[in-house]
Amino acid sequence: MASPERMAVRIATLAVFAFALAFPFFASGYRLYQGSQALIYAIALIGLNLLTGFNGQISLGHGAFFAIGGYGVAILTVKLGLSYWLAIPVSAVVCFGAGFLFGFPALRFGGLYLALATFALAVATPQILTYKGIDAWTGGSSGVLLAKPAAPFGLPLNADQWQFLLCLFCAALLYWAATNLAHGRVGRALIAIRDQPIAAETMGVNAALYKTMCFGVSALYAGVAGGLSALTVGFVSPESFTLALSLSFLVGIVVGGLASLPGALFGALFIQFVPNFADGLSVTFGESAKALPGAIYGALLILIMAAMPMGVAGFLWSLFRAATRVAGFAGEQADGVVVARTTKTGG
Amino acid sequence: MNEFLHQFASGLALGGIYAIMALALVMIYQATQLVNFAQGEMAMFSTYLAWWLMQTGWPYWRAFFAAVILSFLGGIVIERVIVRPFAKAPILASVIVFIGLALIFNALAGYLYGYSVQSFDTPFSGRPWFGNVYMSAHESGAVLVSLCVLALVFAFFRFTPLGLAMRAAAQNPVSSRLLGIRVGWMLAIGWGLAAAIGAVAGMMAAPIVYLDPNMMGGVLLYAFAGAVLGGIDNPFGAAFGGFAVGVLENLVGAYVVGAEVKLTVALVIIIGVLVWRPSGLFGRRLVARV
Amino acid sequence: MSAPILEAKGLIAFYGPLQALFGLDIVVEEGGVTALLGANGAGKTTTLRALSGLIRREGDIRFRGKPIGGLSTESIARLGIAHVPDGRGTFTDLTVEENLRLGAYARSGRDKIARDFERVFGYFPRLHERRRQQAGTLSGGEQQMLAISRALLMSPALLMLDEPSFGLAPLVVAEIFKILAAINREEGMSILLVEQNASLALELADHAVLIETGRTALSGASEAIRVDDAVRRSYLGY
Repeated sequence: MASPERMAVRIATLAVFAFALAFPFFASGYRLYQGSQALIYAIALIGLNLLTGFNGQISLGHGAFFAIGGYGVAILTVKLGLSYWLAIPVSAVVCFGAGFLFGFPALRFGGLYLALATFALAVATPQILTYKGIDAWTGGSSGVLLAKPAAPFGLPLNADQWQFLLCLFCAALLYWAATNLAHGRVGRALIAIRDQPIAAETMGVNAALYKTMCFGVSALYAGVAGGLSALTVGFVSPESFTLALSLSFLVGIVVGGLASLPGALFGALFIQFVPNFADGLSVTFGESAKALPGAIYGALLILIMAAMPMGVAGFLWSLFRAATRVAGFAGEQADGVVVARTTKTGG
Repeated sequence: MNEFLHQFASGLALGGIYAIMALALVMIYQATQLVNFAQGEMAMFSTYLAWWLMQTGWPYWRAFFAAVILSFLGGIVIERVIVRPFAKAPILASVIVFIGLALIFNALAGYLYGYSVQSFDTPFSGRPWFGNVYMSAHESGAVLVSLCVLALVFAFFRFTPLGLAMRAAAQNPVSSRLLGIRVGWMLAIGWGLAAAIGAVAGMMAAPIVYLDPNMMGGVLLYAFAGAVLGGIDNPFGAAFGGFAVGVLENLVGAYVVGAEVKLTVALVIIIGVLVWRPSGLFGRRLVARV
Repeated sequence: MSAPILEAKGLIAFYGPLQALFGLDIVVEEGGVTALLGANGAGKTTTLRALSGLIRREGDIRFRGKPIGGLSTESIARLGIAHVPDGRGTFTDLTVEENLRLGAYARSGRDKIARDFERVFGYFPRLHERRRQQAGTLSGGEQQMLAISRALLMSPALLMLDEPSFGLAPLVVAEIFKILAAINREEGMSILLVEQNASLALELADHAVLIETGRTALSGASEAIRVDDAVRRSYLGY
């Protein structure tokens, strides 16, 4: 019998899923679009969290894999005529490969140097995407336009509703996969490698394999997210994939909680909401409102690291746990619920 | 040939800017084992400060030195207030804090000074150094200033008691404390110096890349590449690396891949060095302690 | 009878959550030499670290009558306590001369400092020969001399040494201890000496404290301990 906390997480997850299933049938087109974006970010954040939160490898450049996914789907569907059902998985596999390959040299440096290298990747990505040599495929600085997918099998759904459900389907599948991964042997191995890498090795954990696989998997997630984003937004261009994107992914996992998979949705809603909020304000305050998201992100990153290493979601979660303990549930420690331990990372 | 020398020479000018930024990065790295990801945004903010002072009528050099001094003080404050509390935290936490700091400075600059691109004066106009045809006056001036900064920093660390104490504090904090050296303040001063150097770099870069809140992103990346190439624990290796990256960037951009993908050169350098020789050209080989 | 220069009563110390010292009493008389003896892991190094404020400590610690239990390491050093740590703690990448200058960093008075340099080179002429060499290239004995000289350049009132004989050849050790005796005799320098080599330490010291797993096992005049066969055999192993 799982602990009360585990049950609560399960119930909450099912409730959210049920709500999301119903969402397309009462929400407006624009809200559906925002919902799709949130789900897309959530997928990317889950991937990044596996890498950084669980495995302790710092990536400041996941926007690059997001871009590969997006451009991958764009090129496969527009230039090569593939259906998006195929394009997304193919693109995802390419991203896995790219991540896995990047993970190899990453083994040698790790920690700070990895942060540097991924930072460089993020800054260089828009330039690489505009490179003249490949612009037959990438469309150079104008990018590629995609057709938004319509509902298949003649289902009575409009494009926005279908896209939302597609994103929901992918997100649910990938979330389920990630939780299984995280709560099982693999998850424990990843955490062991994060916290005590040398000890883990001496106990037979092939750290190199796990770390590169983890990189590949997290890149795959970012790639799926990028592909879905390309389909939902309808185009890809170099400006969509700047350093700011990679940094907002970082903000997303910090706000949602490092090593907290449920927190990914929370983080995704946050990085979705804040720029929209700021845009709204710019009507009244003019251009200086553009500064607001950066200021909020920056301040939150510092405050959360100082006060709430488990992220806002984790903080609220601990409030919930404190409340249930008071209400009399025998609070056994969360078994299986992975607690974000930012106490030992890097290396 | 002329074109080559021209690319080489302006590469040196940019390289000088990268060299002193790399120096600032390495100074902080040596003392704290951390890379200050906010160095670029701090430098950008200092440059805006100088720009704003000049907008209110201050002459160039007065604004320049005011910006340098204020940056020095600002660096000390940032170290004591924001960086110090995370001294014992894991690397990931510090990286996140530095990114947060960078975001805040970027936003602050945008908010205070707007996002439109501004021009920034150079104090070097008219005839360039030795009347050479390969560099503009500003480029020669920038190289001169970079070399001055490098010389001053070298002299400070080599010949002054405070510089010696800072070197000691970076190498062995415990022994330093046992000698009565206030290691905490040494770190703060180190940050102050790095911020001041960054301010100089920003003010030399602004006439070339133009002043806007995102001007230092590329410069920071090249500085990283220079520091990694030269050896992230060797200050003068890093400075050499900065010059090398500046020249390489220009030459590769002009002759190999085209100017639009110059940033990729930095990426390739960083990954290449980290894969083949992580300690860089002049750094020390590191051994992981079990 | 002058007051002790250093007096610790009920010294308790922790490495993080782990308690390492359980209430030690240590006294160093003004101008005297106290030896801290004990087996490996008994807590001798821990005691010096606690006195210097490098680890969490509690208890009544007084230097010349003033409490120092809450001060930072730097402040304690500046008050006049020079701690030569185990492993010497020399700055291996700096030159001998730079190491020495750092000893005098917190002081003012260039003339007095210059005279102290001369004094120190008088005790250890080899350091003067090697003054431009990188400290890391010195032999073990020379590094110990460097560490002691650097401490002397702080112009301290109390010198605390952690295992100065460690890893050194007997001849070198004898030389060093001769000089320590000279410093104590001629300058009235108070010394707190942690040593594994009990017989050497007991020769130099006038007072000794024996530590066993963080507690005082025995304490008294070093002469008395030296002649007591039973103590020597059971605690000191000779």
